[in-house]
Amino acid sequence: MDLINNLSLGFSVAFTMQNLMYAFIGCFLGTLIGVLPGVGPVATIAMLLPATYALPPVAALIMLAGIYYGAQYGGSTTAILVNLPGESSSVVTVIDGYQMARKGRAGPALAAAGIGSFIAGCFGTLILAGFAVPLTEVAFKFGPAEYFSLMILGLIGAVVLASGSLIKAIGMIVLGLLLGLVGTDVNSGVARYSFDIPELTDGIGFIVIAMGVFGYGEIIANLSHPAEQREVFTGKVEHIYPTKEDWKLMMPAILRGTMIGSALGILPGGGAMLSAFAAYTIEKKTKLKPGEVPFGKGNIRGVASPESANNAGSQTSFIPLLTLGIPPNAVMALMVGAMTIHNIQPGPQVMTSNPELFWGLIASMWLGNLMLIILNLPLIGLWIKLLTVPYRWLFPAIVLFCAIGVYSTNNNTWDVWMVGWFGIIGYIFIKLGMEPAPLLLGFILGPMMEENLRRALLLSRGDWSVLVTRPLSATLLGLALLLLIIVLLPAVKSKREEAFVEE
Amino acid sequence: MRIKSQKDFFAGLLYFAVGVAFAWGATNYNIGDGARMGPGYFPLLLGIVLAIIGGIVMFQAMVVETPDGDPIGKWAWKPLVFIIAANFLFGILLGGWPLLGIPAMGLIIAIFVLTFVAAAAGTEFKFIEVLILAILLAALSWFAFVWGLNLQFQVWPTFITG
Repeated sequence: MDLINNLSLGFSVAFTMQNLMYAFIGCFLGTLIGVLPGVGPVATIAMLLPATYALPPVAALIMLAGIYYGAQYGGSTTAILVNLPGESSSVVTVIDGYQMARKGRAGPALAAAGIGSFIAGCFGTLILAGFAVPLTEVAFKFGPAEYFSLMILGLIGAVVLASGSLIKAIGMIVLGLLLGLVGTDVNSGVARYSFDIPELTDGIGFIVIAMGVFGYGEIIANLSHPAEQREVFTGKVEHIYPTKEDWKLMMPAILRGTMIGSALGILPGGGAMLSAFAAYTIEKKTKLKPGEVPFGKGNIRGVASPESANNAGSQTSFIPLLTLGIPPNAVMALMVGAMTIHNIQPGPQVMTSNPELFWGLIASMWLGNLMLIILNLPLIGLWIKLLTVPYRWLFPAIVLFCAIGVYSTNNNTWDVWMVGWFGIIGYIFIKLGMEPAPLLLGFILGPMMEENLRRALLLSRGDWSVLVTRPLSATLLGLALLLLIIVLLPAVKSKREEAFVEE
Repeated sequence: MRIKSQKDFFAGLLYFAVGVAFAWGATNYNIGDGARMGPGYFPLLLGIVLAIIGGIVMFQAMVVETPDGDPIGKWAWKPLVFIIAANFLFGILLGGWPLLGIPAMGLIIAIFVLTFVAAAAGTEFKFIEVLILAILLAALSWFAFVWGLNLQFQVWPTFITG
């Protein structure tokens, strides 16, 4: 069978000493930084990206993927122990996870998150491996018009799920697209919006934007709130292993979460956060067994299901990236940036031209999930210690690693100036209630969209109707429109706002 | 007319201004037409779209009632200034600023200055604590980036290493 052949190729790549080590380092560093409250996966990956420049491409991507789930998992630890979501996808974990910790059941809560994530990760990886080949074949049928429409769908999908105002989020996308156009136009060689500054002819670095907006902007916003009294469970977390009763409740919830997450992760704009929200909502709708703790009071299902879902979702959100070359969310947009640094153009050709990279990455995802569970349950004491580090020691360190990171990208102080400006811009975004994630996505997609639109219109001799006369393209645009209409329906609109208010 | 959502109004204004700026900038480049898009075509299109979005957001901010006027709130000048200053000083010290005749002082000094300036952004500032943090960070950075990853940094000031 092809799938088995492919996976065995993947495992033979992933099981080299070197790649195992990088997967481990990635998971470890990702968890380390992800545990810190207020540092989400985007900032974590951006901050650690320079550490992978010197590696061979396969190892670099394996390490980055490890960093991603590490950060994801670290976020749940923070959610359970400190009542602070380390990142947006663990927002719902906070609700029941923290309550469990308060009742002295932090151990089982962490175990449920870990075991759930592992099961979901295994399943997500299988889905990814299974879907990759057929989807890649579809991708080869795509022309520029289809790609353009697919990107529209992806961008709309991403904002529909953004919190807050829809129109403001669309504005952020367009702003991102425009920023992505700064620099030399590949077709005409004209340096656009570069103001005769040589560094700007190469465009704005995506790391600069990611670190400025997600790193500095967030730090400034965090410091402007008076230091909250955080209650951290510093005591020993004992009884990590869930009781028999817990297992009974947990397992079906994990499976449900996994299914929901795997399905939603594939959607454009989907991924970890949406999956976690949906899983928790569904879990809440199911009937409580007699004697079960109600939701919001420390129900283990309220931890197991969303944690499984967010991990499955983050796994399957690699599918659109690896098969179509289109990042479905901000984290994947960073992965695109990382791939381009290593001269890999993400897209369907990766699988054929670089099979060991493709399957190696997939196999290492499974290994990464295994490592996380091995790494996290015994090391939980270390992570708890880390949580007690006061923010006043953390933020200068984050500023330093951002500054060193951007400098080392090109060994040029220009990037240091730019990240400073984007820090100010990022803070303005936060003050004005503008979501930065769609900006990053737009930024990465800007040049790709222009190129595909240009080709599509060139082929059709300037006729825009090509976008709706080709059936595949029309379907994709139709889906995008449908998504917009659904969100704007009054009933859904109020529900959507309600869901984000709960945050 | 009264502004009903301060946040949205200024967000809309920002979109509008940036959109107009990009669209206006695009007219300096060859626009071309659909079949042969020039370098100005796509940015002009997006700039106009962004300006329209900005207009809609501003309009909504004037019309749709919000309970508390959605104020922007106070700007946190202190963290803003210190964090960004720490970043810029780091760049200047690390790479030097030939325009002003400032020589490169190298990584270690840059780390110390960054740590102290950034730490001043917080509410609490204890000299000894920050000093220890700076020493730790300098050691860690040297170990991880210079020794471990072999990234190219000037570690010490030019006048010492020559």
